[in-house]
Amino acid sequence: MLRTCLTAVRGPAVCVGRCFSSEVSGADSTLAGFSSPPFSTEASLYVHWPYCLKRCSYCNFNKYIPRSDNQDVMLECLQRETETLLKLSQVSRITSVFFGGGTPSLARPSTIAAVLQTVTRHAGLSEEAEVTLEVNPTPVGSSKLEDFLHAGVNRFSIGVQSLRDDDLKVLGRDHNSQHALQTVAEARRLCPGRVSVDVMFGRPGQSVASWELELDELLSVCDDHVSLYQLTLERGTQLFRQVQKGQLSVPSDDITAVMYDSARRILQKRGYLQYEVSNFARNGAISQHNMSYWKASQYLGVGPGAHGRFVPRGEGYVCREARTQTLEPDVWLREVQQRSHGTRRRIPLTHLGLLEEVLVMGLRLTDGITHQHWQLFSPRADLYQILSSSSEVQDLQQTGLLILDDRGLRCSWQGLALLDSMLPTLLLLLEAYITQGLDNNSGSLQL
Amino acid sequence: MSKFPVERIRNFSIIAHIDHGKSTLADRLLELTGAIATTDKNKQVLDKLQVERERGITVKAQTASLFYKYQGQTYLLNLIDTPGHVDFSYEVSRSISACQGVLLIVDANQGIQAQTVANFYLAFEAQLTIIPVINKIDLKNADPERVEKQIEKVFDIPTEECIRISAKLGTNVEQVLQEVVKRLPPPTFKKEDPFKALVFDSNFDHYRGVVANIALFGGYLSKGDRIISAYLGKSYEVNELGLLRPDEHPTDRLYAGQVGYVIAGMKEVKEAQIGDTLYHQKHLVEAFPGFKPAKAMVFAGMYPMDQSDYSALRSAVEKLTLNDSSVTVQRDSSLALGAGWRLGFLGLLHMEVFNQRLEQEYNASVIVTAPTVPYKAILSSAKLIKNRRAVQKNMVYIDDHRVMMKYLFPLNEIVVDFYDLLKSMSSGYASFDYEDAGYQAAHVIKMDILLNGKPVEELTTIVHKDRAYSAGKAMCERLQDAIPRQMFEIAVQAAIGSKVIARETIKAYKKNVLAKCYGGDITRKMKLLKKQAEGKKKMRYVGTVQVPKDAFINVLKRKDK
Repeated sequence: MLRTCLTAVRGPAVCVGRCFSSEVSGADSTLAGFSSPPFSTEASLYVHWPYCLKRCSYCNFNKYIPRSDNQDVMLECLQRETETLLKLSQVSRITSVFFGGGTPSLARPSTIAAVLQTVTRHAGLSEEAEVTLEVNPTPVGSSKLEDFLHAGVNRFSIGVQSLRDDDLKVLGRDHNSQHALQTVAEARRLCPGRVSVDVMFGRPGQSVASWELELDELLSVCDDHVSLYQLTLERGTQLFRQVQKGQLSVPSDDITAVMYDSARRILQKRGYLQYEVSNFARNGAISQHNMSYWKASQYLGVGPGAHGRFVPRGEGYVCREARTQTLEPDVWLREVQQRSHGTRRRIPLTHLGLLEEVLVMGLRLTDGITHQHWQLFSPRADLYQILSSSSEVQDLQQTGLLILDDRGLRCSWQGLALLDSMLPTLLLLLEAYITQGLDNNSGSLQL
Repeated sequence: MSKFPVERIRNFSIIAHIDHGKSTLADRLLELTGAIATTDKNKQVLDKLQVERERGITVKAQTASLFYKYQGQTYLLNLIDTPGHVDFSYEVSRSISACQGVLLIVDANQGIQAQTVANFYLAFEAQLTIIPVINKIDLKNADPERVEKQIEKVFDIPTEECIRISAKLGTNVEQVLQEVVKRLPPPTFKKEDPFKALVFDSNFDHYRGVVANIALFGGYLSKGDRIISAYLGKSYEVNELGLLRPDEHPTDRLYAGQVGYVIAGMKEVKEAQIGDTLYHQKHLVEAFPGFKPAKAMVFAGMYPMDQSDYSALRSAVEKLTLNDSSVTVQRDSSLALGAGWRLGFLGLLHMEVFNQRLEQEYNASVIVTAPTVPYKAILSSAKLIKNRRAVQKNMVYIDDHRVMMKYLFPLNEIVVDFYDLLKSMSSGYASFDYEDAGYQAAHVIKMDILLNGKPVEELTTIVHKDRAYSAGKAMCERLQDAIPRQMFEIAVQAAIGSKVIARETIKAYKKNVLAKCYGGDITRKMKLLKKQAEGKKKMRYVGTVQVPKDAFINVLKRKDK
């Protein structure tokens, strides 16, 4: 086994070092010590449509106002890059597709169809694969839903954000609450049980009371999946500037903490199970695609600024890489045309780097990280070995924020809300344990 | 060198207040006498340390022997560049004792300042010839006439004796050299007397050991001679000796009246203390008076950022103190900061320069706790001064524009930032000098700072009873700002014994989790988390409370509003 892995290795030194230094025990069926989980021939696919008609006041994403109608060339390039990355990753099955942006609902349904066809041609796209499209709930958007359905979309994620028209204006949205409700209704008609609604709290001028009322209203019209996001002020956005100048104010930290907490309770009462920090589902309608992020599965990112995590086996590498596509659409288009993909950065993930991602993403799930899941990535170091002897972790367990038991590692209800306060500690422990060497099993690391 | 008759030797120093232009004048003198080539790069050639160049100050005294031709004769002029700061007045006084005269530089605009006065008295008491030099006459605001009158009034030196120059442009600098030759007496030492030399500086060279700068007051010294240092009584053999021009020029002999360097197998600078006397093994002489081992006035605790850096910091401190015998070092340890040292300095500037050198030359990062002053147990402005428990002693009008005031201050009140505040309140014009006035009884008490009930040792202070509440409250507020929120509430308290006199609270986080990772873009979040994890490594724990190292520093610096 060592022989085959030696000939296959052509990657960066980090990965090669791993390969040579680790013991290869005959009993392991997975290639021991590699910085990728068992070779996966599956991945999910994220496609980025970068254009919007206007920019919302809080948005700092990679989005652009289109200057000319370049639907055709975009289509061509999305297909091209999809094909290239599929071949590069050598996946034989795409488990889910997500069209995000920008405003993907501005794209032509035929574009969506074409991309999906490319996927089918070069890999497998099963009938049950979840194909989600983000929708901006304007009249234009809702009129296209049926066509999108025919193009192959089987799930809609609608950016409702708020039912208060005044707030929608402040947020710079180009729809009102009526439009939103209509869009949700139409989507539910076309894909019952497969519609997700995005809601935003912590908006300027919002109070806990008004939020609770609004949420109640929303939940009466929502489908089986709700994503709850707290508004964050990002530098360089219009909203940030307005708040800085004192023209607007957002609720304080303490208030948004209460809003989050009370939203969780309300959703729970209404039958939605919280399965992730920001995501709630009833009737089991969780988002398959996003799950692949939290479970640290492979994903391909296509389109300007898209992110990916996969092993470029087609080039003989064995390490999972963190990849980003060129941000600017015009530049991306040129690059795809010239060399069939617009990958701007690719950084191999070390064994530790990958584990860090597994930890950070996995703990966002209410179920956390099971021991089995962790073992896929870290066959030699289990969670007990890494964490249980730390006094700080013991403290977190005692104060009821973190749970480490025979199921695995997860946050409690309160712990989930404070996850980012706990992660640095956990990351330090992980780093200390792993860099110390997998052979050293002293397990007596004190922080 | 023996062809230099003592009558044609002149030993002089340049003394002045900070920034009045000593080092620039020294540059010009070196250029004029050909010791260095005339180029732009000669800005302050004698300031060798990086920190000196950056801050525009001289820390270590440097020396150069210059040859100057005047009226057909060649003269040997020994120039000793001196530090211009109050902290180093002892070094200045030793340098001066090796001279027969000084150039007293006064800025043509600023006029007489605190150090001008202090240094004048040093030279005057040593009965040296004083040549007043008015510098920076090229600047717009220069008023040499006013300054000359000032000098006459305060120092009783006739205005005709002043030389007006611009060291920067070189104006009249040649005249300075001439006056040195004309007005300064030659040294009165005799070659026939037994060898006797004053050590006025020393530094440590890794390859050759201690290099001592000496001024010969009698006899001569040859390579291979055996000499003894009066302070420690140890004997050494002279390996190398020579002139400083300003670079080392080895010779076989140095004669009375000359100034130069000697390398004699000393291993530590402590063996060549400033002010010490050297003499031949066979000829015991009387030691020079006025020698004192350096006395520390200001103390600071120094701790490594992280205990794993302890030995690196220890070696950096050792190396630096090799070259600075006036720093006192004592091991110390703290609950909050781990193992470290208590270092003693001649003054605040001395301490700051030391720290800067630690960081720049040795890449050491240190936590520095507040300077404290020695208290003897029993333990017991107009707005600026009033707030600092000062007692006015006298007041003298120097001229129409300025007044000199003497106050008696508890040292504690001026030791941290008095000087900075004085400068900013007076737009730089006020200057300040201090000397030890002995101990006085005062009602002081010990104040603790607690975080969630646990005392933070490093923040324990001794305060005057009248100041306890305001100091305690200020510290609590400062800590409240400096410590980041955590998952539990933090009570910050100031206490005297068991009585809490001030309190602030740091609220707990109720929510701290990123809302959404868009489209699988987790790189930014990972970077941020990893940065926070790194930051954690540098935090100190007081009980379960994480305290960044900056918090201590921010708190301990005093700011009056």
